[in-house]
Amino acid sequence: MGEISALLASLNGLAAGLFLLSSFALAATRQVQGCLRFYIAQSVFLVVSALLLAFGLHASDLLAVAALDLAIKPIVIPWLLGRMVRGEIFRRREIDQVLNIPSSLLIALGLTLLAYFLSQRLPAPAGAMARINLPVGLAALLIGTYTLAVRREAVPQLIGVFGIENGALFVGIAIAPSLPLVAEMAFPFDMLIIALVIGILTRMTQERIGTTEVGGLASLKESVDG
Amino acid sequence: MVRPAAVERLTPRMRRVMARSIGYNLLQVIFVVGLAPLAAGVLSRLKEIVQSRRGPSVLQPYRDLRKLFNKDQVVSEQASWIFRATPFLVFVAPIFVATLIPVLTSYPLFFAFMGDMLGGGFVLALGGFFATLAAVDTGNPYGPMGASRTRMVGFLAEPVFMIVFFMVSFVAGSTIPYIVQQHWVTPLANFFAPSHVLLVIAFIMLIIAETGRIPVDNPTGHFELAMIDESKSLEYSGTGMALMKWGGQMKLLVLMCILLNVLVTPWGLAADQRLSQVLLAALLVSLKIGVFLLVMVVIESSLAKLRLFRVSEFLGAAFVTSVVAMIGGLLGF
Repeated sequence: MGEISALLASLNGLAAGLFLLSSFALAATRQVQGCLRFYIAQSVFLVVSALLLAFGLHASDLLAVAALDLAIKPIVIPWLLGRMVRGEIFRRREIDQVLNIPSSLLIALGLTLLAYFLSQRLPAPAGAMARINLPVGLAALLIGTYTLAVRREAVPQLIGVFGIENGALFVGIAIAPSLPLVAEMAFPFDMLIIALVIGILTRMTQERIGTTEVGGLASLKESVDG
Repeated sequence: MVRPAAVERLTPRMRRVMARSIGYNLLQVIFVVGLAPLAAGVLSRLKEIVQSRRGPSVLQPYRDLRKLFNKDQVVSEQASWIFRATPFLVFVAPIFVATLIPVLTSYPLFFAFMGDMLGGGFVLALGGFFATLAAVDTGNPYGPMGASRTRMVGFLAEPVFMIVFFMVSFVAGSTIPYIVQQHWVTPLANFFAPSHVLLVIAFIMLIIAETGRIPVDNPTGHFELAMIDESKSLEYSGTGMALMKWGGQMKLLVLMCILLNVLVTPWGLAADQRLSQVLLAALLVSLKIGVFLLVMVVIESSLAKLRLFRVSEFLGAAFVTSVVAMIGGLLGF
């Protein structure tokens, strides 16, 4: 029994490590398509961790969370974004970014360390498996926020928002594995609505001014006047 | 280990064990020296097949080497001893490392305690260092360019290398590769530990950068301005060229052995002293290397070569991976 729980804990740790790695990729990938792919990967690692926690903590609610997340995040949201946003945005290979990629990576590393020291101050959740999720989810949340701040393009920013949500849920499944299912169902549907709203907004913006560069929106007024 | 001063007090049985240990160590070296061109040949053949071409036979690197050894060597009058000595250093450095690491056996052999993993890393780096010096030595315009690029890749790869090796030593509690490899599979949970898997990913990225494979450098490119690794040996001909080539192929094989036998798994290595076991291990290790070559082919065929200043992003990703592994290992997840 001890060996199995040790194996589960290290598998969960592995899912957490890859989850963290994909949030680094969210902050530092150059291509919009790549950003979306890493978001899908991140969601899959979230689902894996939820399944392992469901098995390790005997929390059957997490199975439903995992199933819901697996349906919505890697499948429905990319499909929806593909429908909402015109294909040429996804084919863009160079995303504008305020800071260059190596410094972004270093800042994201600093945020990870910060998340570690913050999570040591928090009351530790019970169980060795859940203790892994707290700092990693917190780090993903901070990195998602950083992505939101540093990207200058609408779709990667949207994916940054998704990264924040993934991070929060990653902590959530560990510290409150038996939250009422209604509350947990609210998260993915929220995501769907966000994807829809921002998707439509992006599409409209692109149709009007031909770009989705958020960084360039400051000069919107002049270009309409002129 | 037996110290030289104690040799005369050995029983005949211990002498036999020692002789066998030295013999297997030599066998390891022969394995690395003999199969390195084959590994390079298989890799390029597989790549050709993926690109739906036929490509040369897997034995082509051997023929190239034979041809080069039969040719005359031309050395510039301006070249110093560094230029002449470098091919031998480049050739010998991987052989030295091959005596230190587990290539065929899972128990330490005669020279295993001569140096640890860091020592091996330094010996490999020595070959690279001299290759860089030799490229600058003759004053050929392309040589220094390639040399400075190699240094650029090298100094970006260095922090990853250090973190990987210190982390491996920290987790396993030893810097001797034979002890490290046992740690990953006892108990099995260690194998899936995030620090282990992420270190393996970082090390694969490191191998790609260090041996000049595709996202970093194109090993089959013949355009001097785009070269990183190849342009260092542009000035060599005949025997010198053959030694440089062979040394490069051995470096790839040695790094693959470190990855597969020390970092990934000790599976397939000989566990006892019998010769049949060691020969079986040679077969299994070749299979493992073959599987890894397939992975390399997939990586090389699905990615495009990065622009030079994007290399820092690739190695930045490797660095982040290794640091996440370190955070995981030290702060515990």
